[in-house]
Amino acid sequence: MSDITKQSLTELVENIKNKKLSSTDVTKGFIERSEKSGELNAYITDDFSSALDKAKKFDQKPNFNLKLPGIPMAVKDLFCTKNVKTTAGSKILNNFVPTYESTVTKNIWNEGAILLGKLNCDEFAMGSSNETSFFGNVQNPIDKDLVPGGSSGGSASAVAGKLTPITIGTDTGGSIRQPASFTGTVGLKPTYGSCSRYGIVAFASSLDQAGPMAQNVKDCALLQEVISSYDPKDSTSIDFKRNEYSKELSINIKGKKIGIPKEYRVDGMPKEIENLWQKGIQYVKDCGAETIDISLPHTSYALPTYYIVAPAEASSNLARYDGVKYGFRAKGENLIEMYEKTRSEGFGAEVQRRIMIGTYVLSSGYYDAYYLKAQKVRKLIKNDFDEAYKKVDAILTPSTPSSAFKIGEKTNDPVSMYLNDIFTVPVNLAGLPAISIPAGHDSKGYPLGLQIIGKAFDEQNILNIAFAMEEKISFKNQINDWWIK
Amino acid sequence: MDKVSKKNLEYLINRKDNQYEVVIGLEVHAQILSESKLFSTSATKFGAEPNTQVSLVDAAFPGMLPVINEFCVKQAIKTGIGLNAKINKRSVFDRKNYFYADLPQGYQISQFKDPIVGEGKVILDMPNGQKEIGIERLHLEQDAGKSIHDLDPQNTFVDLNRSGVALMEIVSKPDLRSPDEVSEYIKKLRSIMRYLGTCDGNMQEGSLRADVNVSVRSKGSKEFGTRCEIKNVNSIKFMQMAIEYEANRQVDLIEEGKSIDQETRLFDTKKNETRSMRSKEDAHDYRYFPDPDLLPLEVSEDFINDLKNDIPELPDDKKKRFIDEFKLSPYEATILVSDIDTAKYFEEVVAKMGKNKDMKLAVNWITGELFAVLNNKNLEISQSPVSAKNLAILVNLIKNGTISGKIAKTVFELMLDGDKDPQKIVEEKGLKQQSDPKAIEALIDKIITDNREKAIEYKQGKEKLFGFFVGQAMKASGGKANPQLINEILKKKLQ
Amino acid sequence: MSIDLKTIKHISKLSRISVDEQRAKKLAGDLNSIFDFIEKLNELKTDNVEPLTSVAETTLKLRSDEVKSENIREQIIKNSPQDNKDYFVVPKVIE
Repeated sequence: MSDITKQSLTELVENIKNKKLSSTDVTKGFIERSEKSGELNAYITDDFSSALDKAKKFDQKPNFNLKLPGIPMAVKDLFCTKNVKTTAGSKILNNFVPTYESTVTKNIWNEGAILLGKLNCDEFAMGSSNETSFFGNVQNPIDKDLVPGGSSGGSASAVAGKLTPITIGTDTGGSIRQPASFTGTVGLKPTYGSCSRYGIVAFASSLDQAGPMAQNVKDCALLQEVISSYDPKDSTSIDFKRNEYSKELSINIKGKKIGIPKEYRVDGMPKEIENLWQKGIQYVKDCGAETIDISLPHTSYALPTYYIVAPAEASSNLARYDGVKYGFRAKGENLIEMYEKTRSEGFGAEVQRRIMIGTYVLSSGYYDAYYLKAQKVRKLIKNDFDEAYKKVDAILTPSTPSSAFKIGEKTNDPVSMYLNDIFTVPVNLAGLPAISIPAGHDSKGYPLGLQIIGKAFDEQNILNIAFAMEEKISFKNQINDWWIK
Repeated sequence: MDKVSKKNLEYLINRKDNQYEVVIGLEVHAQILSESKLFSTSATKFGAEPNTQVSLVDAAFPGMLPVINEFCVKQAIKTGIGLNAKINKRSVFDRKNYFYADLPQGYQISQFKDPIVGEGKVILDMPNGQKEIGIERLHLEQDAGKSIHDLDPQNTFVDLNRSGVALMEIVSKPDLRSPDEVSEYIKKLRSIMRYLGTCDGNMQEGSLRADVNVSVRSKGSKEFGTRCEIKNVNSIKFMQMAIEYEANRQVDLIEEGKSIDQETRLFDTKKNETRSMRSKEDAHDYRYFPDPDLLPLEVSEDFINDLKNDIPELPDDKKKRFIDEFKLSPYEATILVSDIDTAKYFEEVVAKMGKNKDMKLAVNWITGELFAVLNNKNLEISQSPVSAKNLAILVNLIKNGTISGKIAKTVFELMLDGDKDPQKIVEEKGLKQQSDPKAIEALIDKIITDNREKAIEYKQGKEKLFGFFVGQAMKASGGKANPQLINEILKKKLQ
Repeated sequence: MSIDLKTIKHISKLSRISVDEQRAKKLAGDLNSIFDFIEKLNELKTDNVEPLTSVAETTLKLRSDEVKSENIREQIIKNSPQDNKDYFVVPKVIE
């Protein structure tokens, strides 16, 4: 079969179970394509030879009862993987090899999947274009010199470019949904507490959440049911009844009430995005759902809130990278000099910027004015959603205020870069689940995404709405493999 | 006590015409007795090889998260109950951010705004009466690791065994006024925690240490002076020395018309002086904020009540009971309750003595002979060579007249070797007291016959000689004759 | 509001990241534009709003007091930049 890499996860699982394909065939297929795709710079570390060994081992003693039988999969380099280098896209972890496995990846391997390698991302997941990675920027398979979005840029690029059948990213302010939107793929940010944070390099603890990135909604649902688990090793993990999302997936959304928040109609939003949104509204109506105009009055305060909360937590979370226990260390005459040089040389400009912001908003005299204020506004933002969900079952918005932009276009203007996350950030602040699905193209032929936001723990509902819409939209990604010589 | 002597006991620093009062507040760091650490599952044993009790969480590896130890929470609440303090049903863990080699996370998880225990109090027994010391709060926090500076000329070595061990920080109000009160306060805290089993109070092993806040003010003044904090003092003696030095230093500054800087100081145990640590302090801005890896700690009324029901009799109550029930003097009771093991030993002796017991005698033997032996051999009462049971038997043997107090001392000496049963010693060595009046009468008759002249002298008025006859009778009986009977019979015979 | 070079130096000290003059200037510029944008929050009155620290809809779970980690010194020290089999090693601390 020459078109192995063109198959969806669901198809691959079926073909392996029916013995039409072996895990070795599939693994080889994705390795070969990955090897030809160096120009995308999607991988930081590959683990191809051991992936092949594992595939062969699987084929010798296959277990077809698993949910991901012998499926190769590359993951974002923010997940600690035992004995495989984990960098978080940073020089400071350049040589770090964990002796442990994150809970999310452990869940994946336990269902039979095989690690292909570690995917590029913005340094410590801080970025919206994958340009802050110490390992260089990632190309968007859609077009040369186009950013794939961030921070899970390598993951989005790898799924869209078919270097991996499916992957996982992390989403702190939109890091799964925005790159999914930029690459014409599906990305789900689960409810806070749905997926364990154990073993994931932390950015902002109260916002970080791992989630699946896939070619379609069904694949996404399948991976979500694998990665979501209650984990006593994470004090913020929530013990709730988890669905078998892929089994319970349904296009029947008749009678569902879907909110359309007027505050997401922002100044300067391209007409194409507005049109896409209108189309989306029509699709859900066509599926038998009802749309209701709602208000989320504090939406415009979400981004300023986020840029206090996330850097504050990050400034503390990243204090452990001090050159003492692991990772990069610069030479210093004494301890303090060693710290200052290590962190100055080991962290890139964006990470340093955010550590500085975070340190400042927590520092004596500014805590109340910034950090405490932000926590209060965060409450107001959450209240907005709580209010809205008294009237609706889900909320439909655009995923991003624009399509993918050119590499280098926004690197000198941090605020305009941050504005990219305007539609995704409120969801993280409120801890809600949200999915981005590809819904059309702009005039340049670049994909555009729509976001469906759900109630807490209501992943099944938004997956169903996405599933129903997907059928109506019948989106086709326009990728010509430009990077393959 | 009368007012004059109370005044004499006041701790004041005198300079020319001025008298200064010292105001002291303590932040005691007490290591919680638990098997595993506060937020990780590694062991807490003292004295392990370096870095052998360190988990990925303790060494702050990427992606590692804290999960709180229920037992440590209970220990903190129990201690709070022991300090008559308010238990907060909701408390919050904050991060205290600073960089140091032995602080792997780059922050310490502590409790800042909302501690688990609020205000309470401790009663001290001072020579001039009781004094109440207010407790400001008690909170849970992680210990740091250990930096070792003297193993290598260029480098500092870091051992993270202690990193993450659970501590209770107990903050007193500035109610202490002298080094002696500080000593009594530490001893009292230690005693309460040992009764509760929440901290072993072992200062040599660092399970109890304190930051000491010292300020001075003119006697009678209501205003507080500028305080200095002396960091991490790990013995009562050093605390007392540090306070004395620091208070005098501050008084000297005031007398010279200089001002006192609010600062952190270090006590140099070799030079017996405090030194400024200001260079380090400059950069300190801890940027406390709620730890987003943890949620607020919430405990229910039932949870607290279950712990309340589990609280043993504490030193103050025990003392009261010893006075009421056993008719001990307050002084005796204080000595016996101050350490839980002593109290246990005493109560076991009491129990083993049975119905017809002599409480005074038991107390005297414990605080006299036994304490002397323990002191000599440098032993804790829990390691006593004489068990409570055998001591009780010994006391009973004296009480029922089987042996004299004097013989008892000999028996006690023999008991020390292998905790021998005193009854057996008495039997084997034939030390039983001679209490048969006929035998003693015969013995005395013989002595009087042998010393006829002296007997006559006595009868003529030389009463001093009575002692001679007693001595002879004792000697003749090998020390075993009942001294009371000898007295009675001699008196009769020599009339 | 404006963040000056002195403030940048102070927060770089607190965060243990050395910055030279040139970088400090660039950072001051960046931070000022970011804080201009953050100032928008001052439009909101929040006096009576409870701050939200976590969106996790659960209470803190307590674990039992059991030792589960063994001696993994080798694993712990393996990644450290300066070799020593027993300790982490850092340049001398100047008190």
